[in-house]
Amino acid sequence: MNILDFFARHQRELLQATLEHVWLVGMSMLLAVAIGVPLGIIVTRQPWLSKPILGGANIAETIPSLALFGFLLPVPWLGERADRLVIVALTLYALLPIIRNTSTGIESINAAVRQAARGMGMTENQILWQVELRLAMPTILAGVRVATVLTVGIATIAAAVGAGGLGEFIFRGLAMVNNQLILAGAIPAAALALLADFILSLLERRLRPARQ
Amino acid sequence: MKAEIDRDIAREAVIEFLTAGYRLPNGQGILHNLSLTVSRGETLALLGRSGAGKTTALKLINRLLDPTDGEVLVENKPTTSWNAIALRRHIGYVIQEVGLFPHFTIEQNISLVPRLERWPAERTQTRVKELLDLVDLDFDKFANRHPHELSGGQRQRVGIARALAADPPILLMDEPFGALDPLTRGDLQKEFQKLQQRLGKTIVLVTHDVGESLLLASRIALLEEGKLTGIYSPAEFLVAKDPMAAAYVANFRMYEEAERANEHP
Repeated sequence: MNILDFFARHQRELLQATLEHVWLVGMSMLLAVAIGVPLGIIVTRQPWLSKPILGGANIAETIPSLALFGFLLPVPWLGERADRLVIVALTLYALLPIIRNTSTGIESINAAVRQAARGMGMTENQILWQVELRLAMPTILAGVRVATVLTVGIATIAAAVGAGGLGEFIFRGLAMVNNQLILAGAIPAAALALLADFILSLLERRLRPARQ
Repeated sequence: MKAEIDRDIAREAVIEFLTAGYRLPNGQGILHNLSLTVSRGETLALLGRSGAGKTTALKLINRLLDPTDGEVLVENKPTTSWNAIALRRHIGYVIQEVGLFPHFTIEQNISLVPRLERWPAERTQTRVKELLDLVDLDFDKFANRHPHELSGGQRQRVGIARALAADPPILLMDEPFGALDPLTRGDLQKEFQKLQQRLGKTIVLVTHDVGESLLLASRIALLEEGKLTGIYSPAEFLVAKDPMAAAYVANFRMYEEAERANEHP
């Protein structure tokens, strides 16, 4: 039986696993952007917070994913549902590239642009929304892209704690020493990562403002 | 009597430095004990080397910095009792690197302050047309372009138009023509001189270019290491005894003579 037959036969199962996977990654990325971008902005505003924030995100990044799932398991609300736990863990992994790219994106804006903006009487909020975030957007999106690709991969391990996703096939394949099963999880996961990367790169290019 | 009133109007102080000083948080002094008055409609040049405190003095006027000693009055009110945002929108600001927003079109760049002030769209567009016309750029050709599609001289014209957008009575210019090639610079300086006569703004111009000061300024304030060493009319400046002023003039004359020698071989 070749892999295409397998895909055809397990269509429904595969679709469900893919949707679970997208759900886990999608939710984590929404959370990571909602937390990471503001943290990145704080880093540019309060340089003394840069070390603790980036340091914290860095440490989260270095914890092996299985161990992180294990650490989060006893946490009251999180441990109750596997998908909650996985989403929180994935969010932690996705934070670093988003925080870092947000702050570098803002910091690399030409100083004259910011000086002109202040000198012309824009408020700090107006400068942030109309100038800094607009100009930093491609860099921020590049961070989101890196984080998404990373998260699609790590999310395969979610199956280890019963959160489903394409990892289900991989783990089953490993247990049964069945390469086809492993590929049935790995190929769609890789395709998903490439697709996300492609879509975000299109968005990034569209939002890239003309450079001076 | 009429003459006296005219003189009073002419001498109406718009910007006053009252023993103003600025030091960095680490204690390093940048500007010391500066006292000078800028009257309505005049152009004052702040001339000096890099690091003489010219830009710092300028930033004290629109509250990009607050004085650490003394005070600066704008229209008889200390800058620290102005709302910083209201003060800045009341003052046009032109800087050397122009600082146009790369993601905005020329029209959006020029209309920034009117839009912040929520002018009606129609009035804003009329104003942009007027301003592009003023700085000699064609509206239909330039309005929808982005800054990177313009030459340095064109960008600086847009920078000036943007600073004039909400018709502020005061204009601050920090080496506005410094980044341009000499020919473009000369053209723009001459054009700006005409503009200045037409608009009658109160202008403070930071420069290290003696020629520019002599051409555009009604008075020249010489700064050295954060201290004011003298204020001169252009005519006085050319014969000033101050060694620094004399050095500037000698340097300026050198070019002038070379030019003359080339014209009449």
